[in-house]
Amino acid sequence: MALEETHVRRAAHLARLAISDDQASRFVDDLSQILDMVDQLQRIDTDGVAPLAHPLDATQRLRADEVTETNQRDTFQRCAPVVEDGLYLVPRVVE
Amino acid sequence: MQWETVIGLEVHVQLATKSKIFSGASTAFGAEPNSQACAVDLGMPGVLPVLNEQAVAMAVQFGLAVHAEIPEVSVFDRKNYFYPDLPKGYQTSQMYHPIVGPGEVEITLDDDTVKHVRIHHAHLEEDAGKSLHEDYHGMTGIDLNRAGTPLLEIVSEPDMRSAKEAAAYLKAIHSIVTYLGISDGNMAEGSMRCDVNVSVRPVGQAEYGTRAEIKNVNSFRFVERAIAFEVERQIELIEDGSNVVQETRLFDPERDETRSMRTKEEANDYRYFPCPDLLPVVLDQAYVDHLREALPELPADKRERFQSELGLSAYDANVLSASRSMAEFFEEVKDVCGDAKQAANWVQGEFSGALNRENLSIEQSPINARQLGELISRVMDETINGKAAKEVFQALWNNQGKSADEVIEAKGLKQVTDTGAIEAMIDEVIADSPAQVAQYCDAEPEKRGKMIGYFVGQVMKASRGTANPQQVNKLLKEKLDAKL
Amino acid sequence: MHDKTLTQLAAALQKSELSSRELTAHYLQRIEKADATLNSFISVTTEQALTQADAADQARARGKTNLLNGIPLALKDIFCTQGIKTSCGSKMLDNFVAPYNATVVEKLNEAGGITLGKTNMDEFAMGSSNENSHYGPVKNPWDLSAVPGGSSGGSAAAVAAGLTPAAFGTDTGGSIRQPASFCGITGLKPTYGRVSRYGIIAYASSLDQAGPMARTAEDCAHLLNVIAGHDARDSTSVARVVPDYAEALNAPLSGLKIGLPVEYFGDGLDPDVEKAVREAVKVYESLGASVREVSLPHTHYAIPAYYVIAPAEASSNLSRYDGVRFGHRCENPEDLIDLYKRSRDEGFGNEVKRRILIGTHTLSEGFFDAYYKKAQQVRRLIRQDFLNAFKDVDVLMGPASPTTAFELGAKKDPVSMYLQDIYTIAVNLAGIPGISVPAGFVGNRPVGLQILGTHFAEAQLLNVAHQFQQATDWHQKRPAFAEETA
Repeated sequence: MALEETHVRRAAHLARLAISDDQASRFVDDLSQILDMVDQLQRIDTDGVAPLAHPLDATQRLRADEVTETNQRDTFQRCAPVVEDGLYLVPRVVE
Repeated sequence: MQWETVIGLEVHVQLATKSKIFSGASTAFGAEPNSQACAVDLGMPGVLPVLNEQAVAMAVQFGLAVHAEIPEVSVFDRKNYFYPDLPKGYQTSQMYHPIVGPGEVEITLDDDTVKHVRIHHAHLEEDAGKSLHEDYHGMTGIDLNRAGTPLLEIVSEPDMRSAKEAAAYLKAIHSIVTYLGISDGNMAEGSMRCDVNVSVRPVGQAEYGTRAEIKNVNSFRFVERAIAFEVERQIELIEDGSNVVQETRLFDPERDETRSMRTKEEANDYRYFPCPDLLPVVLDQAYVDHLREALPELPADKRERFQSELGLSAYDANVLSASRSMAEFFEEVKDVCGDAKQAANWVQGEFSGALNRENLSIEQSPINARQLGELISRVMDETINGKAAKEVFQALWNNQGKSADEVIEAKGLKQVTDTGAIEAMIDEVIADSPAQVAQYCDAEPEKRGKMIGYFVGQVMKASRGTANPQQVNKLLKEKLDAKL
Repeated sequence: MHDKTLTQLAAALQKSELSSRELTAHYLQRIEKADATLNSFISVTTEQALTQADAADQARARGKTNLLNGIPLALKDIFCTQGIKTSCGSKMLDNFVAPYNATVVEKLNEAGGITLGKTNMDEFAMGSSNENSHYGPVKNPWDLSAVPGGSSGGSAAAVAAGLTPAAFGTDTGGSIRQPASFCGITGLKPTYGRVSRYGIIAYASSLDQAGPMARTAEDCAHLLNVIAGHDARDSTSVARVVPDYAEALNAPLSGLKIGLPVEYFGDGLDPDVEKAVREAVKVYESLGASVREVSLPHTHYAIPAYYVIAPAEASSNLSRYDGVRFGHRCENPEDLIDLYKRSRDEGFGNEVKRRILIGTHTLSEGFFDAYYKKAQQVRRLIRQDFLNAFKDVDVLMGPASPTTAFELGAKKDPVSMYLQDIYTIAVNLAGIPGISVPAGFVGNRPVGLQILGTHFAEAQLLNVAHQFQQATDWHQKRPAFAEETA
């Protein structure tokens, strides 16, 4: 499956990565190489093979419904770039 | 042309767990911003989700209540998109293997007919935080307290054909989740939120029209209004020769209209894939059976029983089963007074009226079911008459006595049924009202029935309301007619 | 002192031949001298280390006898450490002081381990040479013109150069085993789920696993004893009894059935590396093991499958770095999109961006089935290959890497770098444990023998590796650089 620059630009937008025109063409080359390598997968017949998401056949354990966390807002917000009145600030969100 | 409306609902119900779906942070409403957002809720580097057993149990209870299949295995997926109220850049949800499979909800319409709406599925997911748009130097503030609160998203089939049906469906879901106690159902606080999918098609056409999704329609009333506006908009568009665009729209309750949210739409591609931090949830049959056995009686079953066993009308059965607290109150009143119809009349009449007047919930009522039941018993055994009963009710409501008997005693409201006493009062009234007696005697016989009202009023007044009205009527007529 | 293994140092501490403070100060001094050249540490936590050492000495005086009490250790900068910068090798987290400890760190602290500092790594653990670090490349102490391998390159180089007795790394596609091999040390990747991932910054969640890197298998056994076990905070960690990994080290190997996967000895394998590995296998035969060839037919699809699955998970795992709650934020964002795009453009390096883009693309509409679903199906086939092989043999052996350490700057295009992990990557897809042990040299560059076992066979792997180290002295060789630092 050939990779077009539009694919790279779309992925970059979905992933919220700013990429310049220069970078875009370099990423098209790099990613094309990688996808060519990945395309070897198409050679294997996987009909009827169930996808494997986890290496172990384990199942989810459940947590008791208990409040175990205390308010650590000040600690957590010490590594935040911009906060005010306990809120994280971002450029205006238009609904 | 005749148009048919097709509606499907996605209802998000906040589950009433103590802690969040994937963390041990509290879900309590109204805390200081970000004081209930722990490292997991904030999506801090390296932290991991662990699933809350109560959220799973509540989802399964809902599934059982709508007679849904409960698949043995369900899987959490990540829905990837960037938004400031979504800290990890993905929402953990269930796309391909939801915890609740296809089911069915019974709704009752205004004309008391019953209709079935199919549930496509219901899945568990985490709620997002909130954006606060007050001005912080031109910036928006983000509060992540709500992030990670468990949500059950209930997706219906497009089975509804009118705004009224949609509202009835939403009420039915509300009543099921509150019966089960899996949500407080508080729409004002956002515990229940609704997205509405609406399309129109010419009557008789098999395929669906293009639909619009209306987001965040958060009251029963708004559901009806949003649909009414949207249906009209779509019909107008088509009749004017243009097309309905598949899009997301926002309902504005102030302007009573829906409007396009195209700005937020832009080319979403959520890239769902199984969350590698969570393993498949496997529910064995014994667990599901155990939850099934513990289910309370549900609204539809109650409604049915109220009609078949208690002989209530469809309307009464519907009103009295609408909420678990209403149904439980009614049943206790009925058990105390021993008469379902009287209990139904009082609970829907005097009692509900008083609650509405003071804007109280049943839980906040100053009068309890036992007090009301005993009051009704006193009417039924003729200790008091209807008028006095209202006075007793008011006194109990105002906390002027602990029981009906106490109020009756204190206020001397016991009904006078002694013929001699009533006759004495009647004689006095007749003696004091010569002019009225003369009028009565001169009147055409068919008008006398109406004129007797004056005398009844006077006698009741003289008895301070305690005389038995039927007896008063009967004796008055005899005595007056004797004067003719 | 720095010639000794962790086990030997523990014995010396136990006998009060030296104090933890002396030991810790010694290693801090070595780091101070050597690391300007090696660049194996991102942060050195001198004061905290000395405080911890004093506390360990006092605890010992009060009767604390844990083997690890007072032993200096280094942590890959991917483990969250409370109050200490945790950068993950990225500019994105250059300012991130973690507010909590990883479970591994908690366990080490409880055991009395001393944290010397945080080691250098490929950014977000994406790389096989340690050249993708925001903090510059790490040099291989055996040859300063060579890479130490990656992504746990700083941990491997620091152990090899005697800057720490042991270190911890993480392994998503070979990131413990390949640098261990390049630096001539012993490195174990446990079974997926054996060690808690809580507080370890995620690269690819269904593949990541932390493990010890030290001089010997015996050292690794003692370290695994401390960090293994179920953690209620990690849903994917396994509730299964943790054996004493040191107990079985001396079990004899007679009757051991070794499988040599034919696919691990094919094209692309350096003939000198092959020779060293085959010599090592002969040692096992002399210890009473039998050897046969086996086949892992889907081996060549492991790299393609990995480069769908790992980037897909990474693209999602790394979405949280958005400049809002922690990490790098661009100056004066114009609007929300600008905040996201510029913060992420400035904060991430090229390899991270490549993998985010690949992952985003392969998960997107129209490509998901052909890439992601297909790769997950192939993943099952790869796991089945191993499970089939382990019906016939106890362990598999082969090279950890097709070559010895390559020159800094030698691999220019991403795919040639990815192919480095041909022998290690399938192990992560299958979730089985693997260990790399020193098994010779090509010139002055070490060769690693990789030994693989079935799920939860760590005790057996450590036994098999330890017996080799009883019969050989490759693990005792020291780079000249380490001596010059003395």
